Amino acid sequence: MLRLLTIEFQKLRYSRSAKVLSIIYFGLFTLIALIASIKFNLFGAEIHIADQGIFNFPYIWHFNTYCAALLKIFLAIVIVSLISNEYSNRTLKQNLIDGLSKKEFILSKFYVVASFSLISTVFIFIVSLILGLIFSDYTEIGIIFSDLEYLLAYFVKLLGFFSFCLFLGVLVKRSAFALGFLFVWWIFESIIIGVLRFLILKDAVTTEYISQFLPLESMANLVKQPFTRLNIIQSAANQLQTDVAFDYAVHWYQVIIVLGWTAIFIWGSLTLLKKRDL
Amino acid sequence: MKTILTINNLTKKFGPITAVDNLSFTIEKGNVYGILGPNGSGKSTTLGMVLNVVNKTSGDFHWFDGNDTTHEALKKVGAIIERPNFYPYMTAAQNLDLVCKIKNVTDAKIEEKLEIVGLLDRKNSKFQTFSLGMKQRLAIASALLNDPEILILDEPTNGLDPQGIHQIREIIRKIASTGTTILLASHLLDEVEKVCNHVVIIRKGVKLYAGPVDQLNANHGFFELRSSNMEVLKNALTETNLFDSVKKNQEDDFFTAILTKPMEAEELHKILIDKGIILSHLVKKRESLEQQFLQLTNQKSA
Repeated sequence: MLRLLTIEFQKLRYSRSAKVLSIIYFGLFTLIALIASIKFNLFGAEIHIADQGIFNFPYIWHFNTYCAALLKIFLAIVIVSLISNEYSNRTLKQNLIDGLSKKEFILSKFYVVASFSLISTVFIFIVSLILGLIFSDYTEIGIIFSDLEYLLAYFVKLLGFFSFCLFLGVLVKRSAFALGFLFVWWIFESIIIGVLRFLILKDAVTTEYISQFLPLESMANLVKQPFTRLNIIQSAANQLQTDVAFDYAVHWYQVIIVLGWTAIFIWGSLTLLKKRDL
Repeated sequence: MKTILTINNLTKKFGPITAVDNLSFTIEKGNVYGILGPNGSGKSTTLGMVLNVVNKTSGDFHWFDGNDTTHEALKKVGAIIERPNFYPYMTAAQNLDLVCKIKNVTDAKIEEKLEIVGLLDRKNSKFQTFSLGMKQRLAIASALLNDPEILILDEPTNGLDPQGIHQIREIIRKIASTGTTILLASHLLDEVEKVCNHVVIIRKGVKLYAGPVDQLNANHGFFELRSSNMEVLKNALTETNLFDSVKKNQEDDFFTAILTKPMEAEELHKILIDKGIILSHLVKKRESLEQQFLQLTNQKSA
């Protein structure tokens, strides 16, 4: 495993675009902290975001993992180009001739995917912990380390998403087309959900039951939007007499669904590679 | 003798086209092999199959004694197919370092191998700045990193200028002289003739011949002869019954006499002197690989 990781790390280390994108990615992570300095006027009253409870433990775990997950596209580009470059430089062929097996090749890429997810998770944990310790109203140990399932959900979400990118890279062989395919797939899923919801089933609950099995939708379900959970929004909603009841929790079956997709994508990549003549 | 590669009835079909058809041959340690064949005869496909990048349709092959998986065996093989493939953004040394990691060998030999191919002074230049000849030489260095049991080269001089071709040939000859087994695929016959002692000839995926170069043709060679009186010479040669035919091509000013049994030039010279014929030109030749190859491929197509 260490051998495969050092091989992949060397491929990434000297690639300028991979370096730049990774730096931007982790740089943007720390920029979440800048939200703390946002102040704006609402109905004449000055609102300081940091004081509205977004950095309160344990809500911060949910809020930060959700925001950080929006940035995953940067690493997705790195992963897709890491794989498609192996095709366009024909180094995949040379790697195999030099004695790497096809299984080892896919495994080494999966290790990269897993490392990226793990590093992101650790990073967001540290950033959130620091921000929380500065701004949170509650700093009891028990509260700080509650709701940590959002970090697990975040990790699984990235693992699934990057595995999807890996699969698309292997399938399409060109980075631009693979990313385009990803975008098209996202639209496709939205259309399916729309069609199911309004044309076929005409029922929100059944639609949700089915759509949670779609790959991107299942990943999105892991860490749901945290905004309506904020006190300020909740109280505003109460005043407007609307109900914003929403299931924010991370469910075990959602984790299983995404892990299932991850397995399918990795297995699919290997099968594709085995069947192909290079 | 130790067997390096055994191929049994290997077949590859691309849809309706059979690229390699029931190919069988073995490669023994210490020889220099040439795989000959026109473009599209299945040379690269065959190499692709034994190198784990093309899936076989049927048949089988195994490396060495057949106990290792193919990718483990390939760590003991050095191979370059078609054109040199490296990471363009890495330097020569970094690329070779990566190959060392894949092959699980130490990086101690990088400088030594770069020296062999004459790229030591460019080791810190990025691969993308290299000319085609340099890329090809780097590929050879990379194939040598693990001191391979066999070196496989597929069209190593393709697209190079005369100087580049010469450099690559010199390198191959140097490597062959160290006793490394080499398998060279090419459609350039003089290239194979210069370095190989065994050949495998394939055409349209079918094996036409496999064996030592000097047994390729059952013929015993031929003489080129000239004398002041060509008529007398011709009669004398025909009388000996040693020759298949005695001909004179229009552009030549000598006879070409094809032998039916082995004979040295000295013997023939003595016979002719005894008959009072003085030669001004006597050469014993074997047919060049090119002539033999063309003969062989034409025979089979007829």
